[in-house]
Amino acid sequence: MASPLLSRVSISNATAGNTISFSSSVSNGLLWRRSIAFPDKSRRKVSTVQAKIREIFMPALSSTMTEGKIVSWIKSEGDVLSKGESVVVVESDKADMDVETFYDGILAAIVVGDGEVAPVGAPIGLLAETEEEIAEAKAKASKSGSSAPPPPPAPAAASASPAAPAVAPPKSAASAPVPDGPKKIVATPFAKKLAKQHKVDIGSVVGTGPFGRITPADVEAAAGISPSKSTGVNVVSPVAAAPAPVAAAAPKAAASPAPPPIPGSTVVPFTTMQAAVSKNMVESLSVPTFRVGYPVLTDKLDALYEKVKPKGVTMTALLAKAAAMALAQHPVVNASCKDGKSFTYNSSINIAVAVAINGGLITPVLQDADKLDLYLLSQKWKELVEKARAKQLQPHEYNSGTFTLSNLGMFGVDRFDAILPPGQGAIMAVGASKPTVVTDKDGFFSVKSKMLVNVTADHRIIYGADLAAFLQTFAKIVENPESLTL
Amino acid sequence: MSSLSLRISSSVAANARSESDHRLRLLSSSSPTVATSPALHFCGLRTEALKLGAKSNRWKVVSAAVAPQDGSASDEFDYDLVIIGAGVGGHGAALHAVEKGWKTAIIEGDVVGGTCVNRGCVPSKALLAVSGRMRELQDEHHMKAFGLQVAAAGYDRQGVADHANNLASKIRSNLTNSLKGLGVDILEGVGTILGPQKVKYGKVGSSGNVITAKDIIIATGSVPFVPKGVEVDGKTVITSDQALKLEFVPDWIAIVGSGYIGLEFSDVYTALGSEVTFVEALDQLMPGFDPEIGKLAQRVLINPRKIDYYTGVFASKITPAKDGKPVMIDLIDAKTKEPKDTLEVDAALIATGRAPFTKGLGLENIRVETQCGFVPVDEHMQVIDADGKLVPHLYCIGDANGKMMLAHAASAQGISVVEQISGKDNVLNHLSIPAACFTHPEISMVGLTEPQAREKAEKEGFEVSVAKTSFKANTKALAENEGEGLAKLIYRRDNGEILGVHIFGLHAADLIHEASNAIALGTCIQDIKFAVHAHPTLSEVLDELFKSAKVGRTGSLGPEMKSSPILHWLKSTSLVQVWHLLLSKFST
Repeated sequence: MASPLLSRVSISNATAGNTISFSSSVSNGLLWRRSIAFPDKSRRKVSTVQAKIREIFMPALSSTMTEGKIVSWIKSEGDVLSKGESVVVVESDKADMDVETFYDGILAAIVVGDGEVAPVGAPIGLLAETEEEIAEAKAKASKSGSSAPPPPPAPAAASASPAAPAVAPPKSAASAPVPDGPKKIVATPFAKKLAKQHKVDIGSVVGTGPFGRITPADVEAAAGISPSKSTGVNVVSPVAAAPAPVAAAAPKAAASPAPPPIPGSTVVPFTTMQAAVSKNMVESLSVPTFRVGYPVLTDKLDALYEKVKPKGVTMTALLAKAAAMALAQHPVVNASCKDGKSFTYNSSINIAVAVAINGGLITPVLQDADKLDLYLLSQKWKELVEKARAKQLQPHEYNSGTFTLSNLGMFGVDRFDAILPPGQGAIMAVGASKPTVVTDKDGFFSVKSKMLVNVTADHRIIYGADLAAFLQTFAKIVENPESLTL
Repeated sequence: MSSLSLRISSSVAANARSESDHRLRLLSSSSPTVATSPALHFCGLRTEALKLGAKSNRWKVVSAAVAPQDGSASDEFDYDLVIIGAGVGGHGAALHAVEKGWKTAIIEGDVVGGTCVNRGCVPSKALLAVSGRMRELQDEHHMKAFGLQVAAAGYDRQGVADHANNLASKIRSNLTNSLKGLGVDILEGVGTILGPQKVKYGKVGSSGNVITAKDIIIATGSVPFVPKGVEVDGKTVITSDQALKLEFVPDWIAIVGSGYIGLEFSDVYTALGSEVTFVEALDQLMPGFDPEIGKLAQRVLINPRKIDYYTGVFASKITPAKDGKPVMIDLIDAKTKEPKDTLEVDAALIATGRAPFTKGLGLENIRVETQCGFVPVDEHMQVIDADGKLVPHLYCIGDANGKMMLAHAASAQGISVVEQISGKDNVLNHLSIPAACFTHPEISMVGLTEPQAREKAEKEGFEVSVAKTSFKANTKALAENEGEGLAKLIYRRDNGEILGVHIFGLHAADLIHEASNAIALGTCIQDIKFAVHAHPTLSEVLDELFKSAKVGRTGSLGPEMKSSPILHWLKSTSLVQVWHLLLSKFST
């Protein structure tokens, strides 16, 4: 049990009006009620004792859990608890689990009893630190109990479908079958489940299924998520006997005019990540882009890299830093065009770096890359890559980029052309640095390491000269990399 | 004392058993004397069974001399045994009767194989085999865990339906051939009992043929039960009979009843892409299962699937889809009978159980009145008439008597009846008959549920203990990525008697037999725990279950429990030493 289910709620602070950190709005409400329930005198007394009553919350036992049922309380009111002891058994959508306390104390009150259901995060019991506080906690519990969401009905009713419309009273039920009455909501079992999962009010969804029923696709549309792939499609004979009009309607396999697959080919559906990439790529077609390439000499950069490599600096960090510094001088390249009518200048320079991971593609973001020093940036990058591999990147860690860097140099690619991700102004494609014969202005030949960079930009906001100037600055920084370490 | 005499008589019966037939249970569990007596020394029936080999052979020779081997009945009757109904029950009885050397006939008015083969267990297993694979192939996470890549799985409805139909035909012809091969006469037509030991058979309305038999077994089985108010049109409102033909896969189907049949069909339909709504009259889904197993099963088989449910409601009226309207189901509260809701679905499957089929059987000719449609019988399956008297030479087995509506129970009852007729007192222990539900994963059980066991313990004053093991710790289950599962053992703590075993997990239906055989043979935990299981197999789940059970005479759970057998052993060994010492002293 790793979830922090006990929150520290200091009553003295609440009454004194000092700053307090609530772990949930629920406890906030409780405190407010409490202050009404107790007269001033007791409040003052409490504040001097520095009493602490902690709430035991309904823990989130799985990522999909929205509410939990109390199977049984292992401890009863008045029991002394020590840290790590099992207090209550909670049933989630997956399993029954013992829930432990993180604090010593006395179980002062049980707010949600055996067999009752509470949403994740709601207080289910109160833990007092000393015996004196038990009475107070009890009062608090009874207060919260009365105003808490109505206790679940008898088991029979509780086990009925939660999304089902409320039971009509007998009188009105008689008129229910009359077709002229208000249209009742008909939703399929999976549609109801999805609605609950995505917190969609089923009453507000417009049904498009047979007989106007709400289908899972309707709920997904209402929730604004891409439809899940249909399962168990009857691929060969949709309906043989067509015994009902229903069966003939709505063939499930979406018939697209795709050419038939070549025999022996295998079809592998997209993973979520691949689906997201696909969607972004198609969206990118709506942006008018152009490309500008630039050669950059990297001998000095390579020398610097050798020097700082033992300190954990990576080439990615060096390039990101260089790009960020160049962007600081050319804010328009760091801007984006959201609506086709205006420039959106981004206040920070966040460099997204494309990384291939297990057949997918993700762009962890180095935030404020112009402000962080090279070493911090390298460390940050290492963390992000680890998180990406463990699939633990938070959304802001991969979708907050203002400029993207894509490097295929390690494969020996000398130049390539990147597609501009939607929502950004420009993306830089970096090729390999290769020894090349160059002539200087005096006509002397020499061999220098040369790298080709190619930037794709949104021409609605970034013009050729902007991009060329940006690249010139970038090349200067890379060719004189001392500033990178400052 | 009574218990002692019972046990002696039963061991005599055991002597008489043929070695191939270990199924028969001697001690009736309904007899309280058995349950209360400390039957420790009788637990290890294994040795007894082994010893019996030679004796039973000898007995066979004797029986051969008595019974006419050429299959011709005595002059008095046309047949030694006539069985009405060629289902699994009738088939089992016929086979055993032939083994006894009796001239046997079986009357069938429909198709050989009965419900199980044609409209039940057999075709449903074909559909479930498909649904299991579909479910596995669609489970992206499951496939990924194996490193497998599978293109979007699809199915051909007609192909699935054909598989089920072909399987039924195959098993039916196997059954028919086995009867013919053994010389059982298959008489076509509806069988009607005209009087004692006299049966008429033939097409309905025709004069028919009259035959006589020394003994008659009724094995007419059952038909799907359809509550009143439900209009079955065979297309959108169906019973298992039509559902097994899989003529269409509705987008949304309501299943009325959440027992074995309903649960299995929910597995099939959801795997094929349907959404399911259960309508259950009782307050919880899956009534009849051990509550703990039911709870776990609900978590795995219901909650994560595209299934919702209404409990505590009756479907008071079900109207098939017509005139452009969907199937309408009116729900009323099971207790108050007040209207609760109306469902609009694409199809409804009525899985509210099965009703005995005794129409045209001529029970009135022998003054037998059915009870709720069932033919009343005693513990030997002998039919009881309206006056409460036993009807001589008339037995009823299987669904028609309602004792335990399972195909293999019918067969076991049939064999028991044949044993009884052949003069050997035989009572089938129904608590040793396993049952299974072939969902994915499967559910299986034998004996009592935990609440039943606790009730019995309360009444009879013994201590019930429960042991549990998880499939999560089993190598083979984990290799299959199917660690979800639980095995539960309910037993008597004092003597190690197995009261019930319940399994939810991969291949649970195949795993239960170790437990059901142990119950049938009276094997106790302290004996079976030493049996060896191949590694790594799923059977180790049960091995571990038996090993984790704590058996001891004392009711307390303290540490003295552990020490007492050791003390006991120490005492006995020291006694033996003293004895040897004495012996050696005397001999010198």
